[in-house]
Amino acid sequence: MSGASSREHWDDPVATGTRLLGEGVDTTHRGILYLDGISVSFDGFKALDSLSLIVDAGELRCVIGPNGAGKTTMMDVITGKTRPDAGSAYFGQTIDLSRLTEAEIAGAGIGRKFQKPTVFEQHSVFENLELAMKADKRVGPTLRARLDAAARDRIASTLETIKLLPEAARPAGLLSHGQKQWLEIGMLLMQEPQVLLLDEPVAGMTDAETMRSAELFVSLAGRYTLVVVEHDVDFVARIAHKVTVLHEGSVLAEGSMEQIQQNQQVIEVFLGR
Amino acid sequence: MNRLVAALARGCLPGIVALLASSAMAAIAPQTIRDLAFGEGDDKIRAIGALSASGDPQALPLLQALLDGEMQTAGEEQVLLVQGDKATDLLTGRTVSPLPANRDDVVVNNRVRRSLGTAIAAAKLFAPDRSARLAAARELQNTADENMLPAITTALAKESDAEIKELLSQTRASIQLASTDRATRIAAIRTLAESSNPSTKTLLLGVLEQKSGSYVEADAEVRSEAGKSLRAVESKLATGEMIGRIFSGASLGSILLLAALGLAITYGLMGVINLAHGELIMVGAYATYVVQNLFRRYAPGAFDAYLICAIPMAFAVAGLVGMALERCVIRFLYGRPLETLLATWGISLILMQTVRTVFGAQNVQVENPSWMSGGFVAMTGIVLPWSRIAIIGFAALVLLLIWLLLTRTRLGLFVRAVTQNRAMASCTGVPTRRVDTLAFGLGAGVAGLAGCALSQIGNVGPDLGQSYIVDSFMVVVLGGVGQLAGTIYAALGLGIVNKLLEAWSGAVLAKIAVLVFIIFFIQKRPQGLFALRGRAMET
Amino acid sequence: MILGRAFMPDATLGAPRYLSLLSPGGWSLYGLAAIVLFFVFPLLHLTVPADSALHISDYWVTLIGKIMCYAIVALAMDLIWGYTGILSLGHGLFFALGGYAMGMYLMRSIGHDGVYQSDLPDFMVFLDWKKYPWYWSFTEHFGYALALVVLVPGLLAFLFGFFAFRSRIKGVYFSIITQALTYAFMLLFFRNDTGFGGNNGFTDFKRILGFPITAPETRMALFVTTAAALLGFLLLGRWIVMSKLGRVLTAIRDAETRVMFSGYNPLYFKLFIWTLSAVICGIAGALYVPQVGIINPSEMSPANSIEIAIWTAVGGRGTLLGPVLGAAAVNLGKSWFTKAFPEYWLFALGLLFILVTLFLPRGLAGLWHSRKKRP
Repeated sequence: MSGASSREHWDDPVATGTRLLGEGVDTTHRGILYLDGISVSFDGFKALDSLSLIVDAGELRCVIGPNGAGKTTMMDVITGKTRPDAGSAYFGQTIDLSRLTEAEIAGAGIGRKFQKPTVFEQHSVFENLELAMKADKRVGPTLRARLDAAARDRIASTLETIKLLPEAARPAGLLSHGQKQWLEIGMLLMQEPQVLLLDEPVAGMTDAETMRSAELFVSLAGRYTLVVVEHDVDFVARIAHKVTVLHEGSVLAEGSMEQIQQNQQVIEVFLGR
Repeated sequence: MNRLVAALARGCLPGIVALLASSAMAAIAPQTIRDLAFGEGDDKIRAIGALSASGDPQALPLLQALLDGEMQTAGEEQVLLVQGDKATDLLTGRTVSPLPANRDDVVVNNRVRRSLGTAIAAAKLFAPDRSARLAAARELQNTADENMLPAITTALAKESDAEIKELLSQTRASIQLASTDRATRIAAIRTLAESSNPSTKTLLLGVLEQKSGSYVEADAEVRSEAGKSLRAVESKLATGEMIGRIFSGASLGSILLLAALGLAITYGLMGVINLAHGELIMVGAYATYVVQNLFRRYAPGAFDAYLICAIPMAFAVAGLVGMALERCVIRFLYGRPLETLLATWGISLILMQTVRTVFGAQNVQVENPSWMSGGFVAMTGIVLPWSRIAIIGFAALVLLLIWLLLTRTRLGLFVRAVTQNRAMASCTGVPTRRVDTLAFGLGAGVAGLAGCALSQIGNVGPDLGQSYIVDSFMVVVLGGVGQLAGTIYAALGLGIVNKLLEAWSGAVLAKIAVLVFIIFFIQKRPQGLFALRGRAMET
Repeated sequence: MILGRAFMPDATLGAPRYLSLLSPGGWSLYGLAAIVLFFVFPLLHLTVPADSALHISDYWVTLIGKIMCYAIVALAMDLIWGYTGILSLGHGLFFALGGYAMGMYLMRSIGHDGVYQSDLPDFMVFLDWKKYPWYWSFTEHFGYALALVVLVPGLLAFLFGFFAFRSRIKGVYFSIITQALTYAFMLLFFRNDTGFGGNNGFTDFKRILGFPITAPETRMALFVTTAAALLGFLLLGRWIVMSKLGRVLTAIRDAETRVMFSGYNPLYFKLFIWTLSAVICGIAGALYVPQVGIINPSEMSPANSIEIAIWTAVGGRGTLLGPVLGAAAVNLGKSWFTKAFPEYWLFALGLLFILVTLFLPRGLAGLWHSRKKRP
């Protein structure tokens, strides 16, 4: 099982993400995420069935699909939360994701927003961003870390971006659902990742907030690579360049929004039966 | 059993003596009687041997009389059997009255006494009752000497029961080992290969012994035969030991299972860490104690049946205590497992101190019903106590009942529903709060049953629960959460592994080794033996 | 810059500030404690005559000394449980191991003054041992014993923590396994053959560093050292929880997955604080043994370790100062109770467990906090 072999790398300092941190990702062939033949099963249920997917650097990719299509499991595999039973997952040309821990993958430059917003509820909004900020995240440096002016400015500008400047000193637990979504996105930005995986980022947001999210994501594309999983088809239509449809653990269709909307198979899966 | 036969023999004796005293006495040769009474030590021993070998039904009472000091001499000719103020002349069979003044005790020195003892046993070999013969054969097994050889040979020829025959031929072989005839020795050694008696091993080792460079047994063929037989005996002994260990492992496992089953319900299904679980076991044990005392006081005749009454009592008392705890404390802590852990610890302290206050800090005595004493003899030297066998059976029964309850009843369905999705269950009309109380009561009741079982094999004291709580949690951790099957395998596995290790490294180190094993095991399977894998488990 | 100052990180958000040494009130309490422990206590004990009303008796010196050791343990517990959310039910083990390490030195210092006047401790003579087992080597050196005090609990905690945290054992699972760990060690130390005096452990110490161990001056020196350790560890604890690392620890407590996906490996953070906490416990144990004069395996019983948790809970988790006061309150209560109503102490302790978890989830510190807020 690949899970067992990857565990051993946990204690191997050479394999830790910190070494990879400075190096950047090898995207010489345009692609930044390569999933090839990934299968994951839970107690006989196939959550992913030889899923293959390539995401190009700087792309804004939307992933849609009915419940249980394997969207979240796909994100789990990319971020190291779930180990695939078969297949390979690469970040750029060189980084084998199945060999890294969650923290190493995050350090290497893949940020993830969960379906249910997870922020540090007891910490202030400011502290949430401070903790997420790109830095040397080993124990010793963390103990000695001091906030310098540049870091404060970065946090302040992110606070501005996510419109939470007035809430900076409030405990994150007191924010509204939508604000927590924003905070989590802000935390991802502080990580300065290469790839942002966003699991239903606009759930629980007002229409105005959703609009702003759409603007934000579109403006981020290019600088970052974004993979957005979303149910809200209008939202997807607004932002998507390229859409991937998952169904029963593998890719059903891929293309522009128009192509997808005219695809007979997709229509069957979403509407018919 | 042995004692029973001896008592029987002694009880019947006066009657037999009366019989002896008249006509039948003549059957025993007067010379033998004279040798017994007037002979030197060696004469006496020879006479004793002859008597026991005769197979004569009157030999036993006579030998017994000699042993009990009822045989006396008067002058040079009279041999008397004196009982109270009556005496019988053993040679003539006539009653002698009044008692002659010149009576002397027949001298029985230690050597004679020893041989008398075996001879009496040998004489019992001819008893009509099978169980008496079997007991005699067992007794002889470790005490017989060459003087008994004729008796054993005669008995062997007469005996028809296979088990007794087997025993006797073993005994004869061990005596024949000392024979001067080479063929007899070899035959004896071959017979001994069938034995599973630990003392046979010593005997055979004796044959192989070396003294100052040369073998005690000069004949090489005899030695090689002895070597073969020794290996055979050793392998049988090892098998026996293994059976014993696996049995005690299974016994420990069934106890762990009983202790852990309740936890598997409260922790595994409900997610409540109940550190007072051990004290609920203790409550069950004390409930058994109280029922026992009530039976002893009010129905001593039905004492053997007290367990039948104690089992539901233990279940009910512990279950009620558990339900009260759930209602008063644990209910308010659902979803806060660490706090539950601390609060239940507080409960356990209170329960322990309450029991101490009511029953005292000392251990109390819980007696087994008589049908539970003794054991099943699997092999020579391997006795499997009935009490432990009963507990293994009891554990299996409890397991079956719980399984039926969880899978076949409405309550079980509710419990499983609440386990999987509390909110959803509540929406579909499952009274979740009542289900919680009942499920917790069930877990506590099963703990009470464990206490009832434990009271039959160990001490019952206020600290009873403390000694099982760590082990039973280990079972649940190893077995995985929410799975009865895991609990069963983990309990039996831990029990047997523990006992096997114990023989090899001592009890404490075995416990530590098991703990280290669990810690490493969890490295590989963090969710235990039978874990559900999936997205839901990880969040 | 100005913006930054306004959002000075506050590690104890939601917890009362003055109890976590952050407010002027907290600092003055700290200073007051230092004055009392370093000056008032020694003076009143050593220079005021015994018949004076102001004299502090041996009983109080031992009791307060003991309680300060417990307070250090509660502080260590707060770091791992209060801040990081990991409830250890095995901290008594680390405490006892530190105590045993110091005890070995103290046993060696008895010299020939034991009952059997042998080179070996009495219990070894009793077992008919001819020489010290290998693990007793060098324990006659105070420095080496001190190293053991730190290394033994530290290494054990490190190894155990590494395996436990690596396989992501969390919550009650972790608690139960730590309980089993201390239970196993208790059984091990109960054995005579283990070489630590079995049941009876170590006792009848005569001297420490050449000073008679029962002399008032020696006792006072130990007392002051303990006080210094307590106050020192409070500062250390404050430094840690105020640092970014402290915020990562609380973040692990509240949302470990997010910590992981933010690029921190929780394994090493947990391991760090867990090992540190164990070492602090070990040091507390080492200070405890010479003052109390005995160490035996019952210190490793699961019951003792759980009691540590209740001190912390009574005081208030995640407040540093709260657990210290909690340890003091519970143990003062215990020493009063066990004298006045020995039978009822366990009832009281049991009730304390239940009531605090049910009604005072934030401990005395929380109570104080809400009382201050209301008016």
